[in-house]
Amino acid sequence: MDFLIFKAPMLMVQASLDGILLGILFALIAYGMALQWGVMNIINIAQGDLVILGGYIAYTIYLWGIHPAWGVIISPIIMFFVGWALYKLVINKVVDRDLFISILATFGIAIVFQQLMNFIFGADVVVAQSEYGTTMLFDNSVTLPNSKIFSAFISVLYAIALVIYMKKSRLGRAIRATAQNARAAKILGVDTEKVYAATFGINAALCGIAGALISITLTLHPYVGLPYTVRSFMIVIVAGLGNLPAVAVSGMGLGLFEEFADYILGTEFRIGAVFMLLVFILVYRRFKLSKKREYLK
Amino acid sequence: MNKIAKLFVTFISAITLALVSFTSSFAKVEGEYIVLGSAISLTGKYSSNGVHTQNGYNMAVERINKMGGVEVQGKKYKFEIIYYDDESNPKRAAQLAERLIKQDGVHYMLGPYSSGLTKAIAPVTEKYKIPMVEANGASRSLFTKGYKYLFAVLSPANQYLEVAIDLAVEKNGGKGVKIAQAFEQDAFSQDVRLGILDAAKRTGSEIIIDDKLPKELNDMAATLAKVKATKPDVLVVSGHTKGALTAIRQISEMKVDVPMLAMTHCDAAKLSKQHGKKSEFALCASQWHKNLSYKDKFFGSGKKYAKDFQKEFGYDPPYQSAESSAALLVFKDAFERANSFDRDAVRDALVDTEMQTFYGNIKFGPGGQNVAKPMILFQVRCKGDDCENRVVAPTKWASDKFYHPIPKWSERS
Repeated sequence: MDFLIFKAPMLMVQASLDGILLGILFALIAYGMALQWGVMNIINIAQGDLVILGGYIAYTIYLWGIHPAWGVIISPIIMFFVGWALYKLVINKVVDRDLFISILATFGIAIVFQQLMNFIFGADVVVAQSEYGTTMLFDNSVTLPNSKIFSAFISVLYAIALVIYMKKSRLGRAIRATAQNARAAKILGVDTEKVYAATFGINAALCGIAGALISITLTLHPYVGLPYTVRSFMIVIVAGLGNLPAVAVSGMGLGLFEEFADYILGTEFRIGAVFMLLVFILVYRRFKLSKKREYLK
Repeated sequence: MNKIAKLFVTFISAITLALVSFTSSFAKVEGEYIVLGSAISLTGKYSSNGVHTQNGYNMAVERINKMGGVEVQGKKYKFEIIYYDDESNPKRAAQLAERLIKQDGVHYMLGPYSSGLTKAIAPVTEKYKIPMVEANGASRSLFTKGYKYLFAVLSPANQYLEVAIDLAVEKNGGKGVKIAQAFEQDAFSQDVRLGILDAAKRTGSEIIIDDKLPKELNDMAATLAKVKATKPDVLVVSGHTKGALTAIRQISEMKVDVPMLAMTHCDAAKLSKQHGKKSEFALCASQWHKNLSYKDKFFGSGKKYAKDFQKEFGYDPPYQSAESSAALLVFKDAFERANSFDRDAVRDALVDTEMQTFYGNIKFGPGGQNVAKPMILFQVRCKGDDCENRVVAPTKWASDKFYHPIPKWSERS
């Protein structure tokens, strides 16, 4: 019974594909986090809760009889404004402060969001049905829900669109300039306040897309945001800020790692394994940094 | 100015103290009211089931009061409940229990929702020797601690799915079966798991997959891939509503063929409402179903209860509501037999409870659990997209034959 995965090669294929598809979705959330972390130096603990809120928006339109896949367009639009408003209300007060303050502030936002969602949408677990069916490979021994394939595809699509936008558009360039040196950007006429608000909005919109995809692939509940925050935090830690290809690779890597940890260590250690990996990577990075020669500033 | 303020504060605190001592000495029975206390989850993650519980309590209070109330020493009394919102938080629940007992002077408690919260409150009620009748904490560990003041109207968690294993063995011609199981890591689900382990041992069955799902998990793809590869006879899943919904979603999407699928929390999950036809043939453990033939003079039958409940609250009663209503019937019965408001007399009367309610027979075992009522299993069956729960076991109440094995996904439309 031990290490079933090594006895059945098809399981290996199944686990890898499941992991990669899931990982792409994580990467999308992580990319949003990396973006606003890089630009504003804020670690957003409420990231996962923004994702879940996005999911509930998709679920709501599903209840109205619209196919939940439209959520990947509607949800980010609404979430952009939610993010914008959040910035204007709370984040702009903590943006130049200590990292710790921003963590506290976003933690507070996370709690408020959870309670609000619980209040509005109820504590029941909900799912939206996409009715996309299943792709069967290798004589039905590997099955992939089309909803997962769809979600990976949409994630990639949006990620590419965002990269192009950041490279070509005026706002994108302003965001990148602010990330590199906020003061210099300000001197050169970039309205950094607006850039920050837009960045936070874009991050929330990315969460909205991911949430809509989660509503058709997994399940929604007001209190399941935190694991998404932790996963995206971890992906960003591994990949570094502002490095999209690395975020994608590390997202898929994490998805794979989770699936394989499930088979080898057991399902009960699946999330534990993610945390272990996080600790390991943090220690390793610290070790590597200490080897580098540093100067007093 | 300062002196006046001080005087004022002293005055206010004196009044408060007087009020507190006044209320606590009389609050257990105020005038014609017997006051019960309950911490209940009206917000937080258990809020929907907390509301089901509260509705069940309220329905019974109203009905009992309307039908003459409780007669003690020749005088009629009515029930009244003080509720506090425990925010689905065990620590808060324990504080509120303390507050109900010490400040509000409550001498009889009704349970909260969920095993975890009941576990948090039980030590408090035990400490103050307050009889508590609870209807929503099924975890086995509640009944092994030697609590003397805890009484549960429901069957303990380890009995939830034992029947399902027996059924599978019966279908297999009395031979042991191969079981795959996935349980969330919480007190309740792990107790259900212990029940399966016992049943497996008893029937000579073999457990080939034994996954423990982390609380945060909403993806069971890996477990189901293992199930697909090992082809068990029964798949057992228990992880509250989230587990049930995730399992159905992914089993249908991954086209996992198992001859039998047994779960908990399918009633509350409104499984068939969320997933429609995909949930067909799932077996669900339940404490109660409206079609059972138990009767009492307050609610009549289960069907009548369901009808009245629907009229009052606008939805079909889940078993959480039914068992909560039953808790009050138990209290009424105990008060009348004790014929006294002495806590220990009421507690002794509770120990001797032996009665039938619309919800089922109630008789408490030595640990406080209900030993007189079997668990039932129903199976989700659909006509078109319209699905309902049909009782299939135990045979005494079965309205339908148990459909076995579940047809393969390739044969299902």
